[in-house]
Amino acid sequence: MERSGAFKTSLAFIGVAIVCLLIADIEISTLDPWREMGRMALGVVTPNFLAVGQLGEALAKTVAFAFLGVALGVVVGFASALLFHFGPVRWLSAFVRAIHELFWALIFLQIFGLTPLTGILAIAIPYGGIFAKVYSEILEEADPRPLAAVPHGASPAAAFFYARLPDAWVHIKSYTLYRLECGLRSSAILGFVGLPTLGFYLESAFRQGHYSEVSALLILFYVLIASLRLWVKARLVPLYLLAAPFFLGPGAEISLANITRFFTQDIVPHPIRAAETLDFAALGAWADWMWQIFTTQALWGIAATLILTQIALVASGALALVFFPLISRRFFGRFGRTLGHGFLVVTRSTPEYILAYLFLQFWGPSMLPAIVALALHNGAVIGHLIGRHVDEIPLRPDAPKGLNLYAYEVLPRVYGQFLAFLFYRWEVILRETAILGILGILTLGFYVDSAIADIRMDRAVFLIIITAFLNIGVDALSRAIRAKIRLTTTPERT
Amino acid sequence: MSRKLGLGLLFLLIFAGNAVAKDFVFTAIPDEDETRLAQRFDKVAAYLAKELGVPVRYIPVKSYAAAVTAFRNNQVQLAWFGGLSGVRARRLVPGSKALAQGQEDRFFTTFFIAHASTGLKPGEAFPEKIAGLTFTFGSKGSTSGRLMPEFHIRKWFSKAPSEVFSRVGFSGNHSRTIALVQSGAYLVGAVNFKVWENEMKAGRIDPDKVRVVWKTPPYPDYHWTIRGDADRAFGAGFSARVKRALLGIKDPALLASFPRKSFVAAKNSDYEPILKVGKSIGLID
Repeated sequence: MERSGAFKTSLAFIGVAIVCLLIADIEISTLDPWREMGRMALGVVTPNFLAVGQLGEALAKTVAFAFLGVALGVVVGFASALLFHFGPVRWLSAFVRAIHELFWALIFLQIFGLTPLTGILAIAIPYGGIFAKVYSEILEEADPRPLAAVPHGASPAAAFFYARLPDAWVHIKSYTLYRLECGLRSSAILGFVGLPTLGFYLESAFRQGHYSEVSALLILFYVLIASLRLWVKARLVPLYLLAAPFFLGPGAEISLANITRFFTQDIVPHPIRAAETLDFAALGAWADWMWQIFTTQALWGIAATLILTQIALVASGALALVFFPLISRRFFGRFGRTLGHGFLVVTRSTPEYILAYLFLQFWGPSMLPAIVALALHNGAVIGHLIGRHVDEIPLRPDAPKGLNLYAYEVLPRVYGQFLAFLFYRWEVILRETAILGILGILTLGFYVDSAIADIRMDRAVFLIIITAFLNIGVDALSRAIRAKIRLTTTPERT
Repeated sequence: MSRKLGLGLLFLLIFAGNAVAKDFVFTAIPDEDETRLAQRFDKVAAYLAKELGVPVRYIPVKSYAAAVTAFRNNQVQLAWFGGLSGVRARRLVPGSKALAQGQEDRFFTTFFIAHASTGLKPGEAFPEKIAGLTFTFGSKGSTSGRLMPEFHIRKWFSKAPSEVFSRVGFSGNHSRTIALVQSGAYLVGAVNFKVWENEMKAGRIDPDKVRVVWKTPPYPDYHWTIRGDADRAFGAGFSARVKRALLGIKDPALLASFPRKSFVAAKNSDYEPILKVGKSIGLID
């Protein structure tokens, strides 16, 4: 029997994930997790909003960082999108978006310290890279007919603004709003490395076991994200942007000397810095240094990162297939769907980093917490998109119901779309996996974090560059597979 | 729309550029629960402000490295460092000086603690039976939670910790180390003896679940370090005044919050042994 490409690809990925699962470390190492879980559960039902000092300030700063970071990303991304036909612009944007916001934050902390600029740039730079790519795709897919109708001799600017942009505008707007939501998540997470956003207090509360405070912070975060569309209006955006810097405050002085030092000393590999002249001996020592780090750290980090990614990818897919009927009117009534929506909103809005942090407390530091965290979050993201899509599929009046509808009608029809979403998510999962190393799982982020703990920025930057290239490689592979099995439907960007 | 974005951004840059920190700012390595650190160091800030006659602020940081970086970037001028972080900071900021240490910091020790299920008993000799178990350090940049325990583990086994134990973790701070070993997430851990005593007094340790199995030989640890350019920024003789103020901390409640009996003078060379150990196990280039 002839099998489809999608079927064979799925099977291959499941096979790889099973092999990875066999070699992965998924042990539950806590002997007595129940006591802590009990306290956590108690915290969930007794949120204490008064316990968090400076709660309003933390919220305001979380929003302010997100707005300014995303806004700067939009400006940079839009400009780059117009120049996207130039190779270097494309490469640069691929490179900067391959590096996670938290890694950017760790780098900028070295240059600017705990200043607002650190948080803004940490969001703006990777987001700029993402905007560049997506905006250029949106502009490319815009209806070409208006452009063809532009009279000969019209200025390129006029042609762009009157014939190309209007059609793309609505997509650009909705994508930017979606990214703002991501920006809020990123901004909250930046608190984990010391910026004064929600994550800062969340980490403190978690670490000290103040779970009523944790749940209060998380509830506020969900309300913030769920209400996004109510308070983010195009007309109000300039106002928010003008107000944002005031919420962030002055921070500390930014010194040119620190910036110079970072580029001329900190990130220069130690053997080169230590050498008197740049001769063959120094270059040899440098090569040796790179080889050492590569074989003793990077290789192990890459292996763990890929193993975790592949398991999490397949687990995300499996969960998405379970989750999507929860919000579809083809499968559940109003009440069931409301519950389903609630569940998916919460899992989708909680950043993987926070979920992983939570599960680590339960199960100890193996890959298990990371797998569950990544699968829940990404499964909810994809499940939500598929669920919405399913409601738009026209069904015959005599279509089957329940499990039969799911297995013989809906699933076959959305499977291609599902795979496309999942492959889009592959690179996102990889980037998150690397960063989870900061929490103690032995992915690439662990080694980056260790280098930074040792104040060895040369090693940290070298490892971050390796991480970026791994990400670019997986992205290319994902594109190749999508092309091979002809997943030509452009999914809504996730 | 993008013009307005640009405007907002411009505001921000003006803001960031014009703000000049005139306050005397200090930080501390986040070695235990933050609430307690904030209570302790806010009191220290109030005390120093009174003694020095300048506004003094404490800023909390999330990691040992962040404390060193803030010191290096002159975002703080004074810091309560551990042995290792202090050595790192002073190597990065030429001219910076160790001012004062707790009386106990001259002879600091690390406790190796174990979960009761291991059956390990307290003893004078290095507990070699910990090999093959799970082990957690404190923060990656900690002296008592990383540097010294790793040094003794390597010395005894002639192997890296990752080869000695079935799993090696970094809890983040000493309070977490105790909590993790108590819950059995890790069976053995290395912890700062002062934090252990503090948590014991506070009743957060269940002696039926976790106990001390070994104490390392003494080494120098925590101390206050000031930047070399503090006199230029805050007036001649400022460092000396800070030192006098620190040595003059007599308030029993404040001393108890560290907890230290008193502060005594320290100098950079007191920490040579730490530098040597750091180099020997490859934590310092």
